[in-house]
Amino acid sequence: MKPAPFAYAKARSLDEAIALLGEHSDSARLLAGGQSLLATLNMRLSAPRLLIDITGIAGLDRIARKGGKIEIGALVRHAQAERDKEIAAHAPLIALALPHIAHPAIRNRGTLGGSIAFADPAAELPACLLALNGEVEITGVKGRRTVKADDFFKGLFETALGSQDILTAIRLPAATKDTRFGFAEFARRHGDYAMVGLAASGRADGKGLADVRLAFFGIGATPLRAKKAEAALAGGKLDAAIKALSGDLAPPDDLQATGAVKMHLAGVLLKRVAGQLSEQRS
Amino acid sequence: MSAQSCDITLIVNDETVRATVEARKSLVDFLREDLALTGSHVGCEHGVCGACTVRVDGVIVRGCLTLAVQCNGARVETIEGVSDAGEIADLQAAFEQRNALQCGFCTPGMLLTAQELLQSGGVPSREKIREHLSGNYCRCTGYQAIVDAIEAVAQARAGGKR
Repeated sequence: MKPAPFAYAKARSLDEAIALLGEHSDSARLLAGGQSLLATLNMRLSAPRLLIDITGIAGLDRIARKGGKIEIGALVRHAQAERDKEIAAHAPLIALALPHIAHPAIRNRGTLGGSIAFADPAAELPACLLALNGEVEITGVKGRRTVKADDFFKGLFETALGSQDILTAIRLPAATKDTRFGFAEFARRHGDYAMVGLAASGRADGKGLADVRLAFFGIGATPLRAKKAEAALAGGKLDAAIKALSGDLAPPDDLQATGAVKMHLAGVLLKRVAGQLSEQRS
Repeated sequence: MSAQSCDITLIVNDETVRATVEARKSLVDFLREDLALTGSHVGCEHGVCGACTVRVDGVIVRGCLTLAVQCNGARVETIEGVSDAGEIADLQAAFEQRNALQCGFCTPGMLLTAQELLQSGGVPSREKIREHLSGNYCRCTGYQAIVDAIEAVAQARAGGKR
């Protein structure tokens, strides 16, 4: 279908975009890569009166290492991140997840900031951000603030972003030689949204694992941490961790699978990802 | 500052185009309806089928998930331009020889998507070819012949360089 009519404005600065959001509070949407937004507009799932194109704002498309963190500007496109050496070296979980996201033509335009801000519960990057204990930089009327991933995803397509806020960057702890990570998902077709997926990180601690973070996606209203399973896995108990998932997750049925099937698949994914986490980093 | 319709200037297949477009008009609708470049097709209109694939600033994009107004100042290439330039003549010949098309609806998108993979160099595995084409639906061929054609062209191009 075709979208309902809307107006278009290309913002030249963050201040201009924030001012436009203020003038059109509930009827404007930010447009970056547009790969999720324009699909929902074409299906008339929403009908904003104004799209504010932020892709002309300078300085939001950079990837930089700052201290112990990797900062990824909101307008970095998936394809750009896939080719980036800093991300390959210092954010390997992101590098692992990127090829699973949609298809090449979509990765050429979609942005990392857009994926996080849109917060589709079946999307890969929100779960990666959560698994890595990352944070989101938000710029609003009162300036900049930082929100931890654990506090950012509030509900179905709901985040900590307010009506005049713009997600301007994400920051991830740079991987060290002790960092372990894993990623796996089930999708009907390569590049489709996952039926269930799992992004995970941990820290090698002697022969075991510490700081295990398991972020499941496609299984609830937001990416979800499985904290009971995390504790069991940190104790080296894989079977107990898989059992513990029933206390962590309660997937509803959806168009792709029943809750029971998703629950089973979550256990299969945990087994696979636990194997990745225990491998030494080369 | 904001408007329901906008003036845009862009380069389409090496020609400068000036137009006034509705803000909501997708790039593929603009190409088809305003410029009569009907080689790019409209299928699902939500980014799933790949029939609308065109190039913007040298990379393939979904014509249905890109607004025409976003292409102000951009360089757009469609199957018409890429075909006329002779850039994919070998790929087109291989598709024909191997029956890699039947109705032809997906073919322009398939060709542009395949060409982007081939441009990255080397001879990709069949698995890699399938993965790269995963966002392009074909309802006629079952894909086998398309993968055959792309693999053959990759081998021929690599052989030619030796």
